[in-house]
Amino acid sequence: MSQRVGQPAGIRFSQIEKKFGKLYALRRLDFEVAAGDCLALTGCNGSGKTTLLRIATRLTRPTRGEVAFTGVPSGATPAIGYVSHALMLYEELTAAENLLLFARLLDIPNPAARTMQLLEEANLATRATSLVRTFSRGMKQRLAIARALVQEPSILLLDEPGTGLDTESATRLANTVRQLRDEGRTIVMSVHGESELSRLATRAARLDAGALIADTRAGVSFQNIFAAGQIL
Amino acid sequence: MKLLSHTAVLLQKELQAEFRSHELLTTASIFILIVIVLFSFTFDPTSGESKQFGPGLLWLAFLFSASLMLQPSFLKEKTNDTLSALRLAVADPFAIFLAKLCANTIFLLITELLLLLVFGVFFNVSVISAFPKLALVFFLGSLGVSTTGTALSAVSSQARMREVLLPILLLPLLVPVLIPSAEATRALFEPEHALRWDWLGILIAFDLVFLTALWLFGEYLLEE
Amino acid sequence: MAKTGVYTLLVCLLMGMSAYAAFYIAPTEVTMGLVQRIFYLHAPSGMTSLAAFLVSFVGSVLYLLTRKPKWDWLAVSSAEVGVAFCTVVLLTGPIWAHPAWGVWWAWDARLTSTLVLWLLYVAFLILRTMMEDDGRRAVVSAFFGVFAFLDVPLVYGSIWWWRTQHPQPVVFTSAALDPTMRKVFYLSWLSLMCLMALLIRQRYELESSREELRVLEQELEAR
Repeated sequence: MSQRVGQPAGIRFSQIEKKFGKLYALRRLDFEVAAGDCLALTGCNGSGKTTLLRIATRLTRPTRGEVAFTGVPSGATPAIGYVSHALMLYEELTAAENLLLFARLLDIPNPAARTMQLLEEANLATRATSLVRTFSRGMKQRLAIARALVQEPSILLLDEPGTGLDTESATRLANTVRQLRDEGRTIVMSVHGESELSRLATRAARLDAGALIADTRAGVSFQNIFAAGQIL
Repeated sequence: MKLLSHTAVLLQKELQAEFRSHELLTTASIFILIVIVLFSFTFDPTSGESKQFGPGLLWLAFLFSASLMLQPSFLKEKTNDTLSALRLAVADPFAIFLAKLCANTIFLLITELLLLLVFGVFFNVSVISAFPKLALVFFLGSLGVSTTGTALSAVSSQARMREVLLPILLLPLLVPVLIPSAEATRALFEPEHALRWDWLGILIAFDLVFLTALWLFGEYLLEE
Repeated sequence: MAKTGVYTLLVCLLMGMSAYAAFYIAPTEVTMGLVQRIFYLHAPSGMTSLAAFLVSFVGSVLYLLTRKPKWDWLAVSSAEVGVAFCTVVLLTGPIWAHPAWGVWWAWDARLTSTLVLWLLYVAFLILRTMMEDDGRRAVVSAFFGVFAFLDVPLVYGSIWWWRTQHPQPVVFTSAALDPTMRKVFYLSWLSLMCLMALLIRQRYELESSREELRVLEQELEAR
């Protein structure tokens, strides 16, 4: 986590459409995240933020359209770190076991050392052998981010990372994200409104009912994007 | 090979999680025991009758237990969305299935062999002398049960009424496992302890067919 | 539209002919008498249901490979028709068995296998009703459809071998079929296969219309 990321990468969404049964989660979205952007994505519940992030990770297949990555050789996929709303942690395993599992799956050389390094950076080294079940939301959050960082991703996708955090954890989260941003990683984080976290963003965009309705790149101000009820 | 190394890592995780809590093994074993005891009230448990009806009831008890025990296999990966994490980390999704079905086979075998000993005691049937051959029959049968059961766990976890749906989907599918396993077990309870390769052949065919089908089409089950 | 009408007429004609043949042209069987004539409905229904399940299997596989909704429509249509024909087998079985052999049900290999098949495909249909999302429902049920059909030969094989090991008095066979009986049998089978195709087609059209309706509803909403 202490070195600058080698090759920043960006994401390009072309004509992305996603239907779940009869509901449109995303409608013909054209959107590009530039390499190195720290993007705050906002919108009400059901606006399509989570779906968009999951499509970027290839977990969800779009009904139509394509996702491509810029700044990487054609056809290659950059390393992506994803922290979902549900945190994706095995509660019945210890913190170290969770990280070790993914380090081994991702073929990280010397997985045990990398695990300890990540735990230290996440301030969880003392709880390495505790079951995740015993962790607070803030601690699970830090572990989930550590897991997302296992393979030194150039793109980091965070789905509502601020949920359920007390003020202290929220500040800690903001510091972590600031550091990741300054290391040159491309970050997309979905947020609910203005916060310590959203103020770290270099760009913001608002989704509504699966469509992009405002973007700071298009000249809309940060304030307007986050203000609830604003007609844009 | 990537597939095998990923499977090994995931298998270790599955075993680690279960052996730490013993939840599944304990509840499955007690359930099978209850079924056997209840069944014993439905016929006269003399040695002769037990050898006749025993294998069938034993395998029925295993199938019922499996159809309950295999449900959490994929369902538990939904609560914290850990399935997504696995899908992101693993190149071939078949590794996820393979690890789970190997783990489930091991869990099934442990409970079955344990209950086989209990059965032998309850009904005065000699199981020790034919134990290695019985282990083979139980292994082939359990492999079939866990292959289909693991796959259908992924199926039913995406539908409503999933607790009841899994048995509805799984049990008719397992008729070609129930019959050969019960028959082969019955033959092994006899003094000659004959290994019935005709029945084992059907079990092997079943295992191969469904392992292949899972390998070919399993990844589609995990998509969104 | 007209083509369907003509085809329906043809099917009705064929079925009328085979019913007539079953009652008047086929010779009366020696041991069972009149009730044996149900054989011309019972046996071909079984074969027709297998044919329908085969079509369903093809639909399931093609859906998994191409994701075109029409294959999903084919899979569910032919599965439903297959279950219908399977039900005919299971109902005509006892109707035949009771007067002929004095038992309502015989656990003979074919009838038992048909029962398991019925359970499998009813499970398939139940699975579909437990899922709302069309896309996921299509993929997941296609997967189960593949599993179900692959199980069919194993079910038949294991039950047949089990019956061979534990024999029962033979039921449900019309010993050696004499030539006229054989012709009536094939006519019956042909008419049922044509009926199957018609029913699958109608059911398929229903699914297709539902989709059309949904697309129209959505376009209306978007305005």
